[in-house]
Amino acid sequence: MNTVGHRGNGRSDNILVDVKSLKMHFPVTSGILFQRTVGHIKAVDDISFFVRRGETLGLVGESGCGKTTTGRCILQLYRPTAGSILFEDVDLCSMKGRELRAMRRRMQVIFQDPYSSLNPRMTAGNIIGEPLIVHGLIRSKREYRERVAELLSIVGLNPYMSDRFPHEFSGGQRQRIGVARALAVNPQFIVCDEPVSALDVSIQAQIINLLEELQEQFSLTYLFIAHDLSVVRHISDRVAVMYLGHIVEIAERNEIYANPLHPYTKALLSAVPIPDPLVDAQRERILLTGEVPSPLTPPRGCVFHPRCWMDTEECQEGIPELEEVQANHWVACIHVPGYGTH
Amino acid sequence: MATLLDVQDLKTHFFTQEGVVKAVDGVSYDLEEGETLGLVGESGCGKTVSALSIMRLIPDPPGKTVGGQVLFNGEDLLKLNNAQMRRIRGRQIAMVFQEPMTSLNPVLTVERQLTESLELHLSMSRSDARKEAVHRLEQVGIPDSERRIKQYPHQFSGGMRQRVMIAMALSCNPKLIIADEPTTALDVTIQAQILELMKSLSKEYGVSLIIITHNLGVVARYADRVNIMYAGRIIERGTAEEIYRNPRHPYTLGLLNSVPRLDQPRKEKLDPIEGQPPDMINLPQGCSFRERCRYAIDRCAEEVPLLQEVGEGHLSACFVAKDLVSKTEEGKS
Repeated sequence: MNTVGHRGNGRSDNILVDVKSLKMHFPVTSGILFQRTVGHIKAVDDISFFVRRGETLGLVGESGCGKTTTGRCILQLYRPTAGSILFEDVDLCSMKGRELRAMRRRMQVIFQDPYSSLNPRMTAGNIIGEPLIVHGLIRSKREYRERVAELLSIVGLNPYMSDRFPHEFSGGQRQRIGVARALAVNPQFIVCDEPVSALDVSIQAQIINLLEELQEQFSLTYLFIAHDLSVVRHISDRVAVMYLGHIVEIAERNEIYANPLHPYTKALLSAVPIPDPLVDAQRERILLTGEVPSPLTPPRGCVFHPRCWMDTEECQEGIPELEEVQANHWVACIHVPGYGTH
Repeated sequence: MATLLDVQDLKTHFFTQEGVVKAVDGVSYDLEEGETLGLVGESGCGKTVSALSIMRLIPDPPGKTVGGQVLFNGEDLLKLNNAQMRRIRGRQIAMVFQEPMTSLNPVLTVERQLTESLELHLSMSRSDARKEAVHRLEQVGIPDSERRIKQYPHQFSGGMRQRVMIAMALSCNPKLIIADEPTTALDVTIQAQILELMKSLSKEYGVSLIIITHNLGVVARYADRVNIMYAGRIIERGTAEEIYRNPRHPYTLGLLNSVPRLDQPRKEKLDPIEGQPPDMINLPQGCSFRERCRYAIDRCAEEVPLLQEVGEGHLSACFVAKDLVSKTEEGKS
């Protein structure tokens, strides 16, 4: 597992974030006075991947699969249970205090819900400007005002709006404020955690285009967490699919959409509705039975086997590891042709 | 097929301190027996309010249905008194709400919630109602329903709760089910399960369905006809095939163009609808989509365009609907 992506591929020098064997287990406690741990929710269980400088890695999966937890672990908003996260070859997990705060300037996050992630008592200008003060990036009031105005216009808002409060903006505009706040400290890496799923369809495309323009303009690297596979295909260079705390498949964008190998990826892709009744009626649809099991008691062996139509006895024998079955196409399923021959 | 529901010039307004919000402003449509209708629009366009108006569930004050008719089997629901309306709700017309987390009562067992309407509307005895409820749960695909019926909503997952909601809606054999964003809170794979279930049950029992959604993709496969709403009005209606293949309103066209699609080659850049949805208190003069429309002409600022036939059973509320055809084809080539 530790070897994911470490076999050449000319990747060694342009990796920005390298996640190795990351585990994040949350204890479950019971008892009123004397709390004792009765189990662990394995939100993220031994995953490894990397993000290249300047690329967008799409991370998809259903709710509860651990994709948001992964993003938060990278930002050290959660301290991982095990594993390492190298940011430009420095391990974030071993950092603390001032050292870590300095690193946080280089990685930012855009949250899902622009209604709850902005402080309703702060003006748009102060929301955007706060990171400038926290990280000591400005020297005078004038500089502060200029920088806030600049950030507002970068994200397509009018600088005169800086004195308004979040409730005076529409959903799309609020998300623009969230983007401007993330950009304030000139980060290299941004975790976009479902940045468009709370927005109206006609507004989603505006924000996606904005994120793409900013990536080009400021050479940003994105980890794009989403459940909408059409959006992920549009914005990502590579895509990783998660299920119940494990990554089941990673490949280049065109490859994974044209040639999905893992049964879960296939089912997920076939369930995406297409806005055309004739095309949609002709598509083969794989309807999964049952629901995602509880991460408190994950199934034995391959975590997907209870819902999988290719399930055999061998699937319960061990958790399949990610393996490179085709060039740059990694998959964790023993039934994929070529798996286990390396 | 006979017409089951005929909504004529429905107007529901909310009287707030800031002004009058015309959430639904002159909406007309009809629905046949056994038909599935998609009601599509963005948040705040009035799609939920129009459904709640049919059920007479608009909180008053501040809301009030100020005009129009809702003919259900020829009877105007807006003229019924409260007792008569209670006999319609749940019995003839049932609803499935968006959030199965908040629309089930957390302190009652699933059994109690399912049997309540059976006892009330069909005068069943407790034990008959219980048998019927278990049967309904089986129908919507809840395994081990004898045991699960005694459980509380929090013991069910999101998808299972939505199945319970559907079982409740079906329990009295209604003629019409209004599903308000039934799959929005669910995951993609569960969403497909629930939609397939609703469609097959409606076919089996000949129930008409109104599916309200903001996602054009969701209803493409299931709806016979589609109404597109914008700022309190229906701006385009037609068969699903016509709406998706041959959109004749700039807003519908914009919506279809702005979403990335898995069945088409990836575009370098998405083509969004510019601007924001209008402020419902100060709607602009003329066509409310005008400010975001790239085909707007002078006339759009002066008159409100009415729904007009642009093809067989295909209506569009746009002055340039006819010219739009050539423009979309240009775009395709």
